[in-house]
Amino acid sequence: MKFSEQWLREWVKPALSTQALADQLSLAGLEVDEVSDVAGHFEGVVVAEIISATQHPDADKLQVCQVSDGSETFQVVCGAANARAGLKTAFARVGAVLPGDFNIKKAKLRGVESMGMLCAEDELGISDDHGGIMELAADAPVGLDLREFLNLNDSLIDVDLTPNRGDCLSISGLAREVGVLNQVAVTSVQVADVAPVCADTFSVKLEAPHACPRYVGRVIRNINPGATTPLWMQEKLRRSGIRSIDPVVDVTNYVLLELGQPMHAFDLNKLSEGIVVRMANAGETLVLLDETEVTLNDDTLLITDAKGPLAMAGIMGGDASGVTDETRDIFLESAFFSPLSIVGRARNYGLHTDSSHRFERGVDWQLQRKAIERATALLLDIVGGEPGPVTEAFSEVDLPKVPVVILRESRVNSMLAMEMPQATVEDILSRLGMTLNRRNDQAWDVTVPSWRFDITLEVDLIEEIARVYGYDNLPVRTPIAQLPLPPIAERQVTLNRIRRHLMSRDYQEAITYSFIEAGLSAQFDPDTQPLALANPISAEMAVMRTSLWPGLVKAVSYNQNRQQARIRLFETGQRFLPQPNGGLLQQNTIAGVITGNRDAEGWVAAKDKIDFFDIKGDVESLLALGGCPEEFSFAAAEHPALHPGQSAQILRAGEVVGYLGALHPLLLKKLDLNGPVYLFELQQDAVTLGHLPRYSALSKYPEMRRDLSLIVDEQIEFDTIRRTVINQAGDALKKVTLFDLYQGQGIEAGRKSLALGLTWQHPSRTLTDEEINNSVKAVVAALTNVCGASLRE
Amino acid sequence: MENLAQLLEQGKQAVAQADNVRLLDEVRVQYLGKKGELTQLLKGLGKLSAEERPAAGAKINEAKEALQEALDARKAHLEADALSAKLASEKIDVTLPGRKTDLGGMHPVTRTLERIEAFFGSIGYSVAEGPEVEDDYHNFEALNIPAHHPARAMHDTFYFDAHTLLRTHTSPVQVRTMEEKQPPIRIICPGRVYRCDYDQTHSPMFHQVEGLLIDKNVSFADLKGTLEEFLREFFEEDVKVRFRPSYFPFTEPSIEVDIDRGDGKWLEVLGCGMVHPKVFEYSGIDPEVYTGFAFGMGVERLAMLRYGVNDLRLFFENDLRFLGQFR
Repeated sequence: MKFSEQWLREWVKPALSTQALADQLSLAGLEVDEVSDVAGHFEGVVVAEIISATQHPDADKLQVCQVSDGSETFQVVCGAANARAGLKTAFARVGAVLPGDFNIKKAKLRGVESMGMLCAEDELGISDDHGGIMELAADAPVGLDLREFLNLNDSLIDVDLTPNRGDCLSISGLAREVGVLNQVAVTSVQVADVAPVCADTFSVKLEAPHACPRYVGRVIRNINPGATTPLWMQEKLRRSGIRSIDPVVDVTNYVLLELGQPMHAFDLNKLSEGIVVRMANAGETLVLLDETEVTLNDDTLLITDAKGPLAMAGIMGGDASGVTDETRDIFLESAFFSPLSIVGRARNYGLHTDSSHRFERGVDWQLQRKAIERATALLLDIVGGEPGPVTEAFSEVDLPKVPVVILRESRVNSMLAMEMPQATVEDILSRLGMTLNRRNDQAWDVTVPSWRFDITLEVDLIEEIARVYGYDNLPVRTPIAQLPLPPIAERQVTLNRIRRHLMSRDYQEAITYSFIEAGLSAQFDPDTQPLALANPISAEMAVMRTSLWPGLVKAVSYNQNRQQARIRLFETGQRFLPQPNGGLLQQNTIAGVITGNRDAEGWVAAKDKIDFFDIKGDVESLLALGGCPEEFSFAAAEHPALHPGQSAQILRAGEVVGYLGALHPLLLKKLDLNGPVYLFELQQDAVTLGHLPRYSALSKYPEMRRDLSLIVDEQIEFDTIRRTVINQAGDALKKVTLFDLYQGQGIEAGRKSLALGLTWQHPSRTLTDEEINNSVKAVVAALTNVCGASLRE
Repeated sequence: MENLAQLLEQGKQAVAQADNVRLLDEVRVQYLGKKGELTQLLKGLGKLSAEERPAAGAKINEAKEALQEALDARKAHLEADALSAKLASEKIDVTLPGRKTDLGGMHPVTRTLERIEAFFGSIGYSVAEGPEVEDDYHNFEALNIPAHHPARAMHDTFYFDAHTLLRTHTSPVQVRTMEEKQPPIRIICPGRVYRCDYDQTHSPMFHQVEGLLIDKNVSFADLKGTLEEFLREFFEEDVKVRFRPSYFPFTEPSIEVDIDRGDGKWLEVLGCGMVHPKVFEYSGIDPEVYTGFAFGMGVERLAMLRYGVNDLRLFFENDLRFLGQFR
């Protein structure tokens, strides 16, 4: 809510500067967003009258005006089209200073002398309007300083109120709050009942009393359609960001700002029979004041008459029944609509109005009569007319109840960790409009005023005490707690450890968005229909990722486009896997991507590009963190995003826990990447769940080693050979190492040569040569049978 | 025997002239070998009388020892020279860069998260995590934000359907924790959160750490103490801290915390408050027995202040030139 500081100070006069007042409001929970001046800094500008305006002899668009400031007449050259004889306007005399330290001097324009300047609103920092020089009221006193005339020595304070403080959405509410904070009196506007001059009333029937338990109305006849809104009211409205429309609408808006009661004025002669307040029938339509037609839902409260909907209650009036400049007789509405019947409705229609904003948060349900009397009095002053009696339709059972909340001293003190004096509690709460009665010697019964919709519990009262007492004045202490030891799972590899491990292998951590473009998702994971957002912010962020790869690959592309050739990234985070049963698996995942040279450029660095075994080595080292690398295996497997000949599943105890491989060349091309690019992705828990070390006795007996050089068909996987060796070499085999792999000259095409080192050690005796030789024979025989291997001579 | 002294002198000269170990060994053989000249003299002792023999033998041995000494000294000298020459030839440029694997880096958000976790972990808070795709109940309803509550408009929620959404804060993790266990509870909930808003100061995805402490006799003063201390330690500065009333449906009283790092400007850094009794009731905790506080902080916001980053969007562009600055 934006308001004029001077308006507030008409109600309450704390001895505070503007800034101090703003700070005080912020520290009381009414956060001030901005304090600004009503107008720019200028001086020497007065109200003046244009005596005559004639065409400039040498310029089509200029006029030469004779301008009177009441004591003297000046010649001023002016370019505004609306400069005309008889107009009262803003006149900057020679010597005046306009915003931006612009000094007004004597000047010659196309040969004609000009003694000052006639000003538009934007030139004085009053608004952005540059539609011509200012048009002041005909009765504006010539010669009066403009700042004084328009009351411009004022500030605009914009408070960003939280949804619980609907009671402060008015000058009256803000003044009450300022009065409490400064312990000063608040001068409320005096509202007297206006005696009816005519007997006319208009009937009101409440058919949805839970939503509208009170509806106060009044007829006013024979208003003056030619009246204009007084300057002071226009200015106050303008300073709260409300445009002056016509006197009747201006008065309803003024009361809304002043007292916080949204009101509506109907053209009485456009209403038929009587008002009925009811819920909409689904499908009914209404053309609103802004001339849009809406089709109504049945959760919307309406003001209707015999012919149909007139207004969306508490949100916006209808076009057909509103006042116009021909309106003579009006019907004023001042109603209470319950917050629950308004909340969310405006938004459903894409609307948000000053009225809905207040009703959603709660309007004082005892304010309606006062507001209509205030509006009547203002209208009689401005447009005249003959008021009828106030009528009120209400449903007692549906009106809010006055809450009585029990407040215990012990609770106040324990919550705030201090002994809050009784007198302080009583003072703060009673100044906020609460009535306190001693319930017993430890508690009060607190009656909450009708404007505070946010106070229903004891803790709400404690907040009020703390807030007014000042959060910064409350004590500070360090919590005291018991100190049980936390569980530390030794088998668990922490995520921090994993991150540090990858960092030490020259991976940079990335964080990519959890939502990605649907098309990109389909390129990496065409078989999964990803979870799609109903209201995505853009097509690039539309579906939840089923893999971390698309985001990482996009990051590669981003960096390649910025001359980075060697890129090594990893990310940890959730991926979102829709399940066949309709559920969703949100799986913590670790993924990485590498591209470019194996080593960073350097004089000793290898210049070759990475290959599959670089990323596999990284993955193997990651899998070894848990201390049980033997539980993992790799098996050739295809993946839609990967090169079919360079991709593998990662298995733990036979279950697939991830994939790694080269990005498919077609994808490389589509994404316009420099390749090759290698990727891995692992379920996080496969890496974090490690094992507990278990000691086994050390053997005192010597190790024996034999090396085998084999030639096999190149299609035979190393893993087959390794497993054959392990199966045949006996229990004492400790280790199999592949120490050479060769294809090329000297080896028949289509075959490859492998050199294996086999190491045996028995736990309780020395192995004999004969035993080892027998094992080797068995191994060679099996390799020959199973793998078609031949020993290399 | 007259030539013994002369022979020794010749030998010593030969030693001095030998300029490598091989020549030196030849000198040794020439004088001290089986057929060496000094050795031969010993063989000639037989010609002397029994009285003369011991003295003459002693002299020859003396000469042999003297020559051996000279040989040893020369050898040590030659070896030392050879070593020096070898070492000199092996000199390298030690200023050349080493053979290394470069060190990768952690994302500044993770770095900040880890730091926050370290502070609270050290005073007994444990880390709790939860789903990012949440249901309406845990994200709103159980936090005292019923449907149509005006506070929902503050959240700019991403929806999948009427009941499923991307969590707008990590507070649902608190709810899930409270559903599972009774107090005392001390947890922090770090993680990604989502709001439908995108500009220089808003990202549709960001990170939050939510903290929750529930016990008997937890007061507003404990909340103030915890957060004041945290902010000072986090920034390693004596920052000024200000507690300002605010409104969150799940806390009462609710507070926003501002800091001033010495330039007189108050910056909002986190929101917090005492857990609302209705939130306790939703989760089956008796608000008459237990009280607690909760706080929530934006990790990117803290990282920006700590490291001087001025554009939120940098965090998710993953530009290596940016990320590399946080090693």
